[in-house]
Amino acid sequence: MKPFITHTGIVAPLDRANVDTDAIIPKQFLKLIKKTGFGPHLFDEWRYLDHGEPGMDLTRRKKNPDFVLNLPQYEKASILIARENFGCGSSREHAPWAIEDYGFKVILAPSFADIFFSNCFKNGLLPIVMPSQIIDDIFAAIKLNTPYTLTIDLENQHVILPSQEKINFEVDAFRKHCLINGLDDIGLTMQHSECIKQFEKNYYEINSWLL
Amino acid sequence: MQPKTLYEKLFDSHVVREEAGTYLIYIDRHLVHEVTSPQAFDGLKMNHRPVWRSKSILAVPDHNVPTTDRSFGISDPISKIQVETLDDNCKHFGITQFAMNDIRQGIVHVIGPEQGSTLPGMTIVCGDSHTSTHGAFGALAIGIGTSEVEHVLATQCLILKKFKTMKVSVDGKLNKGITAKDIALTLIGRIGTAGGTGYAIELSGESIRSLSMEGRMTLCNMAIEAGARAGMIAADDVTISYIENKPFSPKGEELEKAKVYWKTLHSDQDARFDKTIVLNGHDILPQVTWGTSPEMVVNIDGMTPDPKKENDPSKRKSIEDALSYMGLESNFPINKINVDKIFIGSCTNSRIEDLREAAHVLKGKKIAKNIKLALVVPGSGLVKLQAENEGLDKIFIEAGFEWRSPGCSMCLAMNADRLSPGERCASTSNRNFEGRQGQGGRTHLVSPSMAAAASVYGHFVDIRTLN
Ligand code: SF4
Repeated sequence: MKPFITHTGIVAPLDRANVDTDAIIPKQFLKLIKKTGFGPHLFDEWRYLDHGEPGMDLTRRKKNPDFVLNLPQYEKASILIARENFGCGSSREHAPWAIEDYGFKVILAPSFADIFFSNCFKNGLLPIVMPSQIIDDIFAAIKLNTPYTLTIDLENQHVILPSQEKINFEVDAFRKHCLINGLDDIGLTMQHSECIKQFEKNYYEINSWLL
Repeated sequence: MQPKTLYEKLFDSHVVREEAGTYLIYIDRHLVHEVTSPQAFDGLKMNHRPVWRSKSILAVPDHNVPTTDRSFGISDPISKIQVETLDDNCKHFGITQFAMNDIRQGIVHVIGPEQGSTLPGMTIVCGDSHTSTHGAFGALAIGIGTSEVEHVLATQCLILKKFKTMKVSVDGKLNKGITAKDIALTLIGRIGTAGGTGYAIELSGESIRSLSMEGRMTLCNMAIEAGARAGMIAADDVTISYIENKPFSPKGEELEKAKVYWKTLHSDQDARFDKTIVLNGHDILPQVTWGTSPEMVVNIDGMTPDPKKENDPSKRKSIEDALSYMGLESNFPINKINVDKIFIGSCTNSRIEDLREAAHVLKGKKIAKNIKLALVVPGSGLVKLQAENEGLDKIFIEAGFEWRSPGCSMCLAMNADRLSPGERCASTSNRNFEGRQGQGGRTHLVSPSMAAAASVYGHFVDIRTLN
């Protein structure tokens, strides 16, 4: 995983609540067996006018001209802002893969669905929970001036507005540590493999029917 | 000793280590299917990591398998690759798998319990959000993402924080014809799809105790639709008698020893919950969802909502959007909604009791003329066999249903079973999101008996008014 320290990028406004994982990456794409290549199908049903299937020639598909990511000013967006309960629905990790593969690094929303939230961190994506009022303000500000750019300073836990105003955000210390150092969870846990073996020894002595 | 909730008992007994509120939790059972595992196995191979405890794993393909004649294999080349990749990975890592043509194949959340792989007191994970189903056994069962699947494969542990605890007590008796599905939808209607976010929900009370294991699984299965990471029900005699004599369950002395422990798997009398919700079982009526989220649900004698009556602009918009997607007017009576297709199946409602419930309604009846397709997809090969032994297949077929082979099928339309744009379905599955059962498809979630009744009348009817 690439370390995440600070990030500056254009913000794309997805003005919807309850964006579910089916919308983020429709199920026909879950059939792929690799972790990459989902980006072109992010929000497939909203982004294109025709029905998408894996392996289609993307250049021949008709894009939905009204969908936010198809507007030229958001072409290079790397920060996504949306309404409450982002990422609800299934636990499919293809959703953060698609978002990451598309090129987003940060998602801002008033709330996220639990599984999606934790899946983001595991894939180098930073989901930031912000009070609804601030989210409203950012949506309003984007309407007035695009491209609208934000800087995310993970080290200091700041979202820096174009006015240079800094807004604090919360992030779990462990997840922050992993993101900043680009550490993967398995490597971290393997450092405790003796501990796991010891646990197993005691555990199966008591719960022998599980052996 | 400090009184503990069931969740705390399960959590505490699996802590390998803790650091600043982040726990390494030991996992007893890992269920694996073809969709969320290939990338995890891929990751192991790339890093030359072995599987920590292959014995803890049970694998089965379910999402992509065809529900029609399988002797021709899978026609969709990509589905085929996923299923074959699972076969190869199981062989490579020495994992027990019920392959596509094994009689024991079925939906992962049906076969775990059916085989006795799901036991009280266990921590259970699967790369699928409906893993909460297994909580019905007094287990801590959590749906995980593919990175976590890889993590559990490699380390037998999951990194977790403690969830908050919510107790949902459904007191009193249920009325005739009311099922676990109606309880689940009532609860979601009450607390919303984000109401359980961050919580482990324990379901208790007289109505819950009176449910069979099948009903309890339906309920825990839907806990995730209320936003919870886990749903659970204390183990009792109903749990234990379900488990006895299953292929993988303990036997003899080990069973006796296990039972002593299992009987402790309930919340202590004075255990504290972060939140408590009380429902009265007697007040629960048959439920039908009208919109594109499970919380958009009403009683069968109700109507679609009127967005004009909603003051919150964002809620008003979601009601309008949902009505428009669903092709419904506001203030429209639920029992006047005609349906095109019927789907009885999914990990929510495809167990033997669900099929019995639907067959009971269908006996000697025929599906209405406006029904284009009615599908029954049993949850596993063994459920199918059992149903055939009881003659249920004949009741379904005579009524005009198609009797299919097990899999996820039209729950998420990853195989060939799906809705066409605009088609309306009475479905026993768990999600009514836009496009879930096929692009443009319109899903109404109901119990198996309500789906069966809708197939006979061609529109929703109140199951309580039928004999
Ligand atoms: S039946 Fe539906 S909800 Fe259940 S595991 Fe299959 S796809 Fe998921």
